[in-house]
Amino acid sequence: MNVIEVQNLRKEFKSYSSRSGLSGAFRDLFTRNYKTLAAVDDISLNIKQGEMVGYIGENGAGKSTTIKMLTGILTPTSGSIVVNGMNPHKQREEFVRTIGVVFGQRSQLWWDIAVQESFRLLKKVYRVSDEDYNRHMGHVIETLEIGPLLDKPVRKLSLGQRMRCELAAALIHNPPLLFLDEPTIGLDVLVKLKIRKFLKEINEQYKTTILLTTHDLTDIEALCERVVLLDEGKIIYDGKLNQLQSQAVEGKQVEFEFLTEIAKNNLVFLPNVQWEQKDATTWLAHVNGDERLVSQLISLVVQKNPIKNVRINEVSTEEIVRKIYEEGMALA
Amino acid sequence: MSMYLEMIRVRFLMMLAYRTNYYSGILIYSINIGAYYFLWSAIYGNNEEIQGLSVLQMTTYVAVAWMARAFYFNNIDREIAAEIKDGKVAIEMIRPYNYLGMKTMQALGEGIFRLLFFSVPGMIIVALVFPISFSANLSTWLFFFVSLVFSFIVNTQINLLTGIMSFFLFNNTGLIRAKRVVIDLFSGLLLPISFYPLWAQTVMTYLPFQAISYIPSMIFTEGFVGKEIFNAVLLQAFWALILLIPIRLLWSLAKKQLIVQGG
Ligand SMILES: Nc1ncnc2c1ncn2[C@@H]1O[C@H](COP(=O)(O)OP(=O)(O)OP(=O)(O)O)[C@@H](O)[C@H]1O
Ligand SMILES: [Mg+2]
Repeated sequence: MNVIEVQNLRKEFKSYSSRSGLSGAFRDLFTRNYKTLAAVDDISLNIKQGEMVGYIGENGAGKSTTIKMLTGILTPTSGSIVVNGMNPHKQREEFVRTIGVVFGQRSQLWWDIAVQESFRLLKKVYRVSDEDYNRHMGHVIETLEIGPLLDKPVRKLSLGQRMRCELAAALIHNPPLLFLDEPTIGLDVLVKLKIRKFLKEINEQYKTTILLTTHDLTDIEALCERVVLLDEGKIIYDGKLNQLQSQAVEGKQVEFEFLTEIAKNNLVFLPNVQWEQKDATTWLAHVNGDERLVSQLISLVVQKNPIKNVRINEVSTEEIVRKIYEEGMALA
Repeated sequence: MSMYLEMIRVRFLMMLAYRTNYYSGILIYSINIGAYYFLWSAIYGNNEEIQGLSVLQMTTYVAVAWMARAFYFNNIDREIAAEIKDGKVAIEMIRPYNYLGMKTMQALGEGIFRLLFFSVPGMIIVALVFPISFSANLSTWLFFFVSLVFSFIVNTQINLLTGIMSFFLFNNTGLIRAKRVVIDLFSGLLLPISFYPLWAQTVMTYLPFQAISYIPSMIFTEGFVGKEIFNAVLLQAFWALILLIPIRLLWSLAKKQLIVQGG
């Protein structure tokens, strides 16, 4: 069953450009120059129940804009959106009861009152019964370890403390669908791990569908099987994360650390292997081929020269994505 | 329904958290009432009454007008504008409630807080310092409170309208400021409507502003009697209904128009 169905979705922003100088300002009074920019450019996307999808792309790619349309905050310029069987914008009040949203850069708790007062208000807003609240939120509060923070006003919390409370607040009504826009922005490693573990848990326990944007690709690696890659408002990849890895880069790198200094002509030369010197005793081999070629290379090199250390480097997701951002998907 | 009550409670709590702001407020209101008291005493001179109001009624009018203002006054127009400007309105749109309804409840929480901690003690202090007449008539009090509720409603509706305008204008501090001056002038806070020249009075009957301050103050000072009271409250109710129309229209336009600023 599809929780999210998006077809040919498009959002244009009109931006006015001011003419320069006094006469320009005067002319602006009557006619304005404007440009339209398609922040989201004709995307189609289906997400099934229980999926955790990573939505990634460069700054300004249109991720937040998409999420704002999916949550009913913005009206699309064109295209159709059905989320949880509803039109987010038309059936707003009914629809938002079925989703939870966290915007990393924006607090949704009331700044001046204690966290638990915010929770209490949200509990009333979403008409959650005392029973459900205690059972569900008791667990959430425990896992996110926010018990001691509840009686503090939000403005006195640190970023990581606040983020955990924001996440808890988004879950008060235990929504089947969760939108997280950069939920781990600015968090330390421990808090990140805690949040990831927690998201996995609710995904398993309640089959909660999660759409997540982040610039920290380790989040995606830890959580999402599927990634959707956005570039200038267009989807350029939609599929398994590990396939992205194997598609985008061929081959491996082998790093040899020798006991003594080695000159280039003492190395082994095979077709499809390129050497790069890192320092006096370390060389890097770019192997364009499969595991057999790699092991053949290693055995030949080791016979010829005494070595201290060998390391086979997998290319990290981060590197792949960097390459894609830089060179486009053509590479894959 | 209970979430709206909860919102009133939360706003009340917020006001309590910042209650020190209010000590300065009491001072400012007292100075205003004092200044107008002396001004009106000078204007009256030896006159028994002007435009049907005695000096005593006039003093009472000034005091009650300012204290009522503490109740109906709120800054939700500025809050709406700020929430649009910094993009906070996005959060409001993902809540299963009516944004304007919630804003109204926040205003009410604020109003009730000020009524209890500001207007009531303020009125007692003012009554000790200046000669003020309190009606002994229960129905006067009753009508006064009904009309006070309407003045809150009408003023809040006008604030909502000004606030919604920032969906279209984006920067509407000018409009908000102008609205404030217009309300202070035309609501009867500074000068009872009956003191304006006749043509101006006619114009003002077609505007909602006198429903905000003039009507409750006139009821309190018993400047209105008998059927006048009834008609005045009816006029307030009329405006409270009429103003719903532009609010509805503008709001449905605004939602389509909404652009959320920032990431
Ligand atoms: N209110 C707006 N008015 C005009 N242009 C906008 C507006 N909001 C966003 N944009 C533009 O739309 C594009 C997409 O913005 P969006 O916020 O969706 O990016 P993003 O993918 O979330 O980026 P980031 O990773 O930096 O958060 C950007 O080029 C941005 O300048
Ligand atoms: Mg963003």
